[in-house]
Amino acid sequence: MMALPGIGQLSTTGPEEILRPVRPWFIMATLALALVGNLLPVSGVALALKPDFVALLLLYWCIKEPRFVGVGIAWCVGLLMDVGDGTLFGQHALAYAFLAYAAEYFRRRVLRFPLWQQAAQVAVLLGLCAALVLLVRYVGGAALPRWTYGVPPLVGALLWPLVTVAIQWSQRPQRSSATL
Amino acid sequence: MRHIPIEPPAFFHRGPSPIARLAFFGLISIALLFVDTRYHYLEGIRRVVAVILYPLQRAAQLPGEVLADVGSYFASLRSLSEENATLKQQLVERAAAAQGYVSAQHENARLRALIDLGSRHAAGATAVEVLYTSRDPFAQKLYVGKGTDAELHPGEAVIDAEGVVGQVTRVFPSMAEVTLVTDKDQAVPVKVQRSGVRSVLYGAGAGHAPELRFMAPSADIQVGDVLVTSGLDGTYPAGLAVARVATLDRETGQMFARITCTPLAGVDRSEHLLVLARAAAAPPRPEEPAEAEAAKKPGKGRRRSAGTQ
Repeated sequence: MMALPGIGQLSTTGPEEILRPVRPWFIMATLALALVGNLLPVSGVALALKPDFVALLLLYWCIKEPRFVGVGIAWCVGLLMDVGDGTLFGQHALAYAFLAYAAEYFRRRVLRFPLWQQAAQVAVLLGLCAALVLLVRYVGGAALPRWTYGVPPLVGALLWPLVTVAIQWSQRPQRSSATL
Repeated sequence: MRHIPIEPPAFFHRGPSPIARLAFFGLISIALLFVDTRYHYLEGIRRVVAVILYPLQRAAQLPGEVLADVGSYFASLRSLSEENATLKQQLVERAAAAQGYVSAQHENARLRALIDLGSRHAAGATAVEVLYTSRDPFAQKLYVGKGTDAELHPGEAVIDAEGVVGQVTRVFPSMAEVTLVTDKDQAVPVKVQRSGVRSVLYGAGAGHAPELRFMAPSADIQVGDVLVTSGLDGTYPAGLAVARVATLDRETGQMFARITCTPLAGVDRSEHLLVLARAAAAPPRPEEPAEAEAAKKPGKGRRRSAGTQ
């Protein structure tokens, strides 16, 4: 991470501070915020670019805190998203449950890499999640979407370093945040 | 810890393995998907979950509302007075038509009474605001900020100032889902305003223009023709503008002409919409033979067979 020393320092491979343990309410708050982000009223280009914040945050917590967030919570959040988007019941639930499982499976591997390489792997996982939704809808009789369908997972992967830095910032020990 | 326990400590017990959980929740999801596609048993659950989700949906509105408020606070006097002038001009331009419309409506009601036809005008209308557009790229839907609290019902037509936007498809306590005319599963019975030719406008999904299918190449239709609702389905009141014919391809080798249209309403732009309540209950359907009943499904604005002429 020569190009981005600021982010590199905060990454899991850098010289690392021991982060404060996460509180369950904080995880819930970030997931609620992600749901709000998904329900934001946007249209046009912004809608085509808008990543699935909920998938991103679920992936983050499944990778960082698998004791708190796993397949079950991902599935419940997916049900909320199904109602919010008016999609078929179980579509997001299935995709998020799969995402949580994939995160559980790959988490030790993903965490070994610096942030930007983590982002590449996150792109693959988010892409798989989107592909699963596509498969479900295609089997259900929907037409294939345009190529822009593949953009939101990439945008989500680009946001991965930002999300990681932002959440770890809030988890830094009291001492260092007091000196800032 | 003094001794090494034989089995791992309780800390490491984390219930069933991830793959078992995935299988469990995956199977439930697939069952839900199947039930939701085939039947309509899950609308009750959907309504309950919608209530849980409602505060978040409201919260998602806040940033936009704050931005709009700040924007309107800093809107200059000049732009406001310009807008005011335009609106006044529009009002005057439409006044003549509106006054003519009232007298025409009365005359129409009298004439229809004379020939013993029921009224076909909408009973009332509810102004609604768009909350957000669905993120689902496979469907064209949006959500408006009123629901059962404003007595909206599935099947009611939704319009904006320019024309038909779509149809209410689901109603939650204080929200409703509107399926747009551009949705792949949406069909609107229309007629060409100029010539009166009837057809059905089929949505084609995101990024594709709605089209008129099954129109004979010789049909009396031109590029630029305005399509209005024909009112034949009992869902959309007759005479609402829907779309304008954009392209017309009468290839002689083909059975049907290829006609694409542009919706007149701002289906992806309008923020303020009007939900038209249904007129008085339609007369009961005539008895159908048993074999025809199986083939025909009323409601939802879907029609399999399109009367072309």
